Amino acid sequence: MVKRYLERFYVGLIILFLYAPILILITLSFNQSKSRAKWGGFTLHWYRELFQNEAIMNALYTTLIIALLSALIATIIGTTAAIAMNSMKRTPRMIMMGITNIPMLNADIVTGISLMLIFVALRYTLGFSSVLMAHITFNIPYVILSVMPKLKQLNPHTFEAALDLGASPVYAFFKVILPDIFPGVLSGFFLAFTMSLDDFVITHFTKGPEINTLSTKIYTEVRKGIKPEIYALSTLMFITVLILLILINRRNAEKKAPVRKA
Amino acid sequence: MNDNKLINLVNISKSFGDTMVLDELNLYIRENEFLTLLGPSGCGKTTTLRIIGGFEIPDKGQVIFEGMNITKLPPNERHLNTVFQKYALFNHMTIAENIAFGLKIKKKSKAYIKDKITYALKLVNLDGYENRMPDSLSGGQQQRIAIARAIVNEPKVLLLDEPLGALDLKLRQDMQYELIRLKNELGITFIYVTHDQEEALTMSDTIVVMNQGYIQQIGTPEDIYNEPKNAFVADFIGDSNIISSTMVEDKLVNILGVNFPCVDVGFGKNKPVDVVIRPEDIDLVRPEEGILAGRVTSLLFKGVHYEMEVMAGGREWLVHSTDLCAVGSEVGIKVNPYDIQIMHKPESEDEQAVELEV
Amino acid sequence: MRIKNISSTRAVKVPASDTGLQISKTNKVKWLSYPYILWMAGFIIIPLFMIIFYGLSNDEGRFTLENISLILNPVHKKALFLALELSLTSTLICLILAYPLALILSKFKMKSNSFIVLIIILPMWMNFLLRTIAWQNILERTGIINTFLQFFHLPTLNIINTPSAIVLGMVYNFLPFMVLPIYNVLIKIDKDIINAARDLGANSRQTFGKIILPLSLPGVISGITMVFVPSLTTFVISTILGGSKIVLIGNVIEQQFRLGNWNTGSGLSLVLMIFILLSMAILSKYDKESEGNNIW
Repeated sequence: MVKRYLERFYVGLIILFLYAPILILITLSFNQSKSRAKWGGFTLHWYRELFQNEAIMNALYTTLIIALLSALIATIIGTTAAIAMNSMKRTPRMIMMGITNIPMLNADIVTGISLMLIFVALRYTLGFSSVLMAHITFNIPYVILSVMPKLKQLNPHTFEAALDLGASPVYAFFKVILPDIFPGVLSGFFLAFTMSLDDFVITHFTKGPEINTLSTKIYTEVRKGIKPEIYALSTLMFITVLILLILINRRNAEKKAPVRKA
Repeated sequence: MNDNKLINLVNISKSFGDTMVLDELNLYIRENEFLTLLGPSGCGKTTTLRIIGGFEIPDKGQVIFEGMNITKLPPNERHLNTVFQKYALFNHMTIAENIAFGLKIKKKSKAYIKDKITYALKLVNLDGYENRMPDSLSGGQQQRIAIARAIVNEPKVLLLDEPLGALDLKLRQDMQYELIRLKNELGITFIYVTHDQEEALTMSDTIVVMNQGYIQQIGTPEDIYNEPKNAFVADFIGDSNIISSTMVEDKLVNILGVNFPCVDVGFGKNKPVDVVIRPEDIDLVRPEEGILAGRVTSLLFKGVHYEMEVMAGGREWLVHSTDLCAVGSEVGIKVNPYDIQIMHKPESEDEQAVELEV
Repeated sequence: MRIKNISSTRAVKVPASDTGLQISKTNKVKWLSYPYILWMAGFIIIPLFMIIFYGLSNDEGRFTLENISLILNPVHKKALFLALELSLTSTLICLILAYPLALILSKFKMKSNSFIVLIIILPMWMNFLLRTIAWQNILERTGIINTFLQFFHLPTLNIINTPSAIVLGMVYNFLPFMVLPIYNVLIKIDKDIINAARDLGANSRQTFGKIILPLSLPGVISGITMVFVPSLTTFVISTILGGSKIVLIGNVIEQQFRLGNWNTGSGLSLVLMIFILLSMAILSKYDKESEGNNIW
């Protein structure tokens, strides 16, 4: 019994460790004082200010657009690639998997630098599109790694069964294969979206002077002090995601019931 | 059963990489036939079925269906349906949606589809399961749904790829009766793949025994069991004693140095042959009454009969009998002439796989 | 004597007819991988060769080893060794913290494992720069920890702008990457294997040492790489929590690129890549066919 409480205490401690900085940031977003060192009373001032701050809103917009587009494109390329790879012979598949693992295992700084070098070598102007391509690059592997296990679980005969019942290969893919692997595709998309949103290093090297994502905007403010509006914005984003996840979890729990009402 | 050749496989060859799976296979399937492809794993039976279904394209040869060459026709354009080994139900769809899948593609009316679903579920004894999800069903139920999903499309031929392989023994036996009933009610052709000889003997009109890419024998269950054409068939179908012997003359065969009367003729004089004697066809008598004398070396109770091994004439004989002979007792072996089955001995490796016409 | 197979001399291999989708056989889906192959060649393979090219040449594009040898510069050497020291320390701390956590979590009877995974990766939805900055608040001279300590009249801690603060930042940021691979391996261990060990007389300590630990090794190795590589190469954590005085190899490389010294920066990156490749080689040795989902 003691052991169980000890175990729970330990889990609680680690979760506190992981979430303490987040609690602090949320607190700071309600802090009247502009300095993050002292508490000046509760306010919603920064939430109002946030929407007036064009620089931050622009960075937010860029961040979201890049995250959405890169996750979407990576999901399409990654899913098709995973399907092709799943049907390959062992050796080419292993080579492809090896290459897929490079951006995941390599250091962000090396990936960022290498991408910057290729853009510059091709005289491609660093900006929105270069960041987008960089994000797609490091997002694809997450999609492949999410879709691959689902493809492996697939009963190879379901596709044949659909053909057997008269479906064309394309129809069979969308009706039978895609619904089966969809959870993997979806989690790949969300993983890619999250990775893109949270990335700083690769964006830092590929963005050029013209644009900023939230990450790079925050980095430029590290020395002179973070604007409290940023705390307000990240609190809003965090709470949104939290609520979304709770909703999804609840919906999934309901879906588990074996009988579907007609 | 009539003699129309519904499907004709002509000179089919197929290899995967370096492995030759089918070599110049010829086979036809008649209308309303329950035909079983029987053989050990790797014999090419599943590949044959997949070629008929359109999931494999043969390297050589033709698939003729109702007089038309459909060798390269994709599976979705063939008028036959398959029941897969592991059911291959669409797990994200309800039972009704699964059954309606093929009909929706053919753009049938809602009312027609609804009727068909009800009819098919009744046929497989699962009325009222329309809105269940596949994974809430037992293995046997899922297999029935897979069959229902296939037959609503009114195929001329139903292909079944070891459909009972994943079920337990009792359920398998129940489903065998179910399948025979279904076939009779539907009046269509079944092509059935299995490695289970008992399943094949129970259900089939015609059994095709295959090994290593060649057809070994085609015949009714009785033919196959009673008159195996070679040692492989004899051994694969039921237990048997296969003995290398010499045909002395018509109606006389020399087995292990002793002459046995038999009924076969036309093998020539002093020709090497294989002799098959089913264990239940051996009578154990007193040593002096038998043709060969021996001693019982092992005894097992098998429920319906005893299984004994008898050392006689320098080899072990497998004997099934309802009479018990204790281990160590001296016995005589006696076989009725018509229970001795004589087979040509293959003269070369290749000839082991004889091709035969029915 | 019952003959089992009359011609086993011509054994035929069973065709692998139930691997992969059927469409695979006709190779119709192969073209689906072409966009990806093109993309990976253009944005992964060629760029890596660009680093090698820049790292091994001077401004005029002539071959030189000078950029590589710049690692021997005392400042660079010190930055590399400090980065190695701090990243190894934080990897070790992560392992010590994460293994028991993963073990406890794997024993929880949850309806879905994804819930636990979510708890661990949810913090990522708060920008990681901000989360690291928040540690300034906690660690500062007048920060939360010290206010707390002062309240109880305990001696205060001054770890902001020290290597310890950087290690803490690394552990904080990369702990999830250690927990998840280990957790994922642990939950996949068949309970009957553990039951079998107990059945054969192993006590819980022996079961752990002889069964669970060896089986979870791939997850541990994967976790080590996932923590070690980003720790070794970070420049953000050291900038935020190390003040301006502590320089890691990541900071040096970032600075070289900021100043436009691409050749030097690439040369130093190549040195860094040697360490990354080393850790990948170790990973691949322990993790034979890692096509599954063992990172997430």
